[in-house]
Amino acid sequence: MQRFLKSTALRELLRPLGQMIVFSLGSSVVLSLILIVLALLLDQTAVGANTLARFKVTLLNYTIVNLPQVLIDGLTLGFVYAAIALGYTMVYGVLEFINFAHSEIFAIGAFVGVEILIALEGKGILSTDMPVGSAYFWLIVALLAGMAAAGIMAVIVERLAYRPLRGAPRLVPLISAIGVSFFLQDLIRLIESVTTGQFHRIIPTFGNFDQRITFGSMPLGAGSIALGVQIKSLIVIVAAVIMLIGLNYLVNATKVGKAIRAVAQDRATASLMGIDVNRIIAMTFLIGGTLGGAAGLLYALKFTRIDPFVGFFPGLKAFTAAVLGGIGNLTGALLGGIVLGLLETFAGTFISVFTMGAAGAEYKDIFAFGILILVLIFRPHGLMGENVGQKA
Amino acid sequence: MKRLFVLLSILVLASMILAACAPSATPTQAPATQAPSTEAPATQAPPTEAPTQAPTQPAATEKGTIKIATQSPLSGGQSSLGVDIKNGAQLALEQLSGPLTAMGFKVELAPFDDQANPDTGVANAKQIVADPAILCVVGHLNSGVAIPSSEEYHAAGLAMVSPANTNTKVTDRGYPEISRIVGRDDVQGVVGAEYANSLGVKSVFIIHDKTAYGQGVAEFFKKRAEELGMTVAGFEGTEEKANFDPLITSILASNPDMVYFSGIYDQAGVFFKQAREKGYQGTFMGPDGMDSSTLAEIAGDALVTGGGMVYTTVSGPATVYPGTSKFIEDFKAKFGADPQPFAAQAYDAMAICLKAIENAAKAKGGEMPTREEVAKAIRALKDFPGITGTYTFNDIGDITSAKYFVIKVKSADPKKWGENEVVQTRDMAPPSK
Repeated sequence: MQRFLKSTALRELLRPLGQMIVFSLGSSVVLSLILIVLALLLDQTAVGANTLARFKVTLLNYTIVNLPQVLIDGLTLGFVYAAIALGYTMVYGVLEFINFAHSEIFAIGAFVGVEILIALEGKGILSTDMPVGSAYFWLIVALLAGMAAAGIMAVIVERLAYRPLRGAPRLVPLISAIGVSFFLQDLIRLIESVTTGQFHRIIPTFGNFDQRITFGSMPLGAGSIALGVQIKSLIVIVAAVIMLIGLNYLVNATKVGKAIRAVAQDRATASLMGIDVNRIIAMTFLIGGTLGGAAGLLYALKFTRIDPFVGFFPGLKAFTAAVLGGIGNLTGALLGGIVLGLLETFAGTFISVFTMGAAGAEYKDIFAFGILILVLIFRPHGLMGENVGQKA
Repeated sequence: MKRLFVLLSILVLASMILAACAPSATPTQAPATQAPSTEAPATQAPPTEAPTQAPTQPAATEKGTIKIATQSPLSGGQSSLGVDIKNGAQLALEQLSGPLTAMGFKVELAPFDDQANPDTGVANAKQIVADPAILCVVGHLNSGVAIPSSEEYHAAGLAMVSPANTNTKVTDRGYPEISRIVGRDDVQGVVGAEYANSLGVKSVFIIHDKTAYGQGVAEFFKKRAEELGMTVAGFEGTEEKANFDPLITSILASNPDMVYFSGIYDQAGVFFKQAREKGYQGTFMGPDGMDSSTLAEIAGDALVTGGGMVYTTVSGPATVYPGTSKFIEDFKAKFGADPQPFAAQAYDAMAICLKAIENAAKAKGGEMPTREEVAKAIRALKDFPGITGTYTFNDIGDITSAKYFVIKVKSADPKKWGENEVVQTRDMAPPSK
């Protein structure tokens, strides 16, 4: 028995890791192949001639040289989306409603973490030449504080805005969620303007997070492209991977996880079996909120600047990722996040070259969301959405 | 519980509204020792009202209240500039409203927060226009907000003096009410491109923020850069504020000598930082939207490493103008910080409003002037001595000669933003039609 449990535990730790590697590699390879075929097809046309004139290289060469960097950037973004998407998908799995306030939970995590780091910097604790170990220590402290604040806020929101509406028609909690989202946005705005007098906060530069590890460079025309990844991108990926594995373990290999799955499957029966449904739902919000808060600080670390509306776009995209993967499905959220992050970065980088400069990087969202619509036309339940069927 | 929540949210909302509407420190009628009076004040005595000499407090309310509105972003990412526009105007009102007070008017400031958002600006403009006591507007910070809002002012005949809007459309519409005391984007873009050329830049990648201001400057920059024989490696607009990875990858592929970011610092700072981190080593350049210490706070070392960072502006640091030393002193004493760019211009814009109202009131024998009369009086000013220059307006509301500066960032420390070096100063007239 003991041994059996151990092996289940190990399996639940290894399975998501395997999934992540498969998904990352799989979607990278598939998207890269599509891109390369496209580049081959267009190389002999005016597009190829245009590229040759602009960059002094063939379109195929241009595509291949830029590809590795784009994959790294896309995967980093994808893991951020995945970490946020998990919050949407968990709540949907249990309550079958979209928690639109999740993007503000994300923002709260970002603000609490960043404010702590700013305060530490003000005390002179943080600097760019501080020992690496303590830099990581303080980052983790800020991360945990952000997670705690976001998790607690998610539970409070659930208690005040959703639980009283538990029996109401489905649209009612949805509207309530939108209301909470606005409320929290303005709450952050209010607190920030009263305490600091400014809305946009900038994460302090400290430790070695901004450094860049270069793997070498690839020649492109006259110049060359340096290939590399920033330490903070690696931190984002590693942190997201740890969170995803932890969540997967929690849901699939623990008693609480079993209860969450039971509530998701059939709330009434679960309560007959002696599960405290309210407590489990609060627990779901706590977990989802905690992950969202962590994603918030990781986002701030990667992209530097936050404001009270910072959650809106990543939230929207993570929600999209959750739908793309199949909402209610944890693995789906992971896959959806990775695919969306890659798509967006691919589109942003190559759309300008492939359209001969007519459409710029600004159209990346249109392109990414266009693909999303296509996927949903052919797979309305999302890429991995079969599991939703048994719920309805 | 639900009811409690509703009550709580209403309370919070109410407090926010109250906070937003709170008048900012009622102007204390300071003695008008600073009033730059070009003409002797008491040459023509008010013909009808004999006992107005030595007007005291009771007289102050007799002729009614004159309000001068300011519109600038007091909240949001650009508030550091916007708040100082309001503060500059407030300081001018306190120091220079003496002559009007002496004539028996009560002069008040009516600050509005346009949130750098055209919709909010227009909504505020409707409110401003509806208040008959408002005779003049000092604003805005953003051309994209000023243009639609000024349509409202124009419809109501209300004068606007802009301390910061550089888009050509602000004055090119030829509205008699809309004037500005700064330079124009078409000239600013040209100044930028010519300076880039003097640095020996051969290729440039241009990014703009898709606003009237950003895209406007970017297009003039591009035109002049092409005329000068530079290669424009790309011309892209983006509203992205966080993730510039895809854009930077294509910039690195074309490896231009310079990246020209035509937008506002809160977006540009993030871009500069990410571009440097990804290995771009060329020079950054931008228009006056870059001019805020917040840029250094966001971008840090990115501004001084590699090719560094320069920007053109229509408003040099307050220290480059000869007449601003007292202003800087007073501003620091009152608001506890150095004035941001455009604060001194806001001071002058307010001074112009006050002078024009005064002139119009005098012409009318000390009566309250109408909005039309104030607008006319603004354009009628000749060689008005402000602290940032001597102003005369042409027939569309541009000043006849505007200063343009090219400034190089010297330090990544936001506190040292004021020490940035002016590398070039040019006096240029608006382009003739």
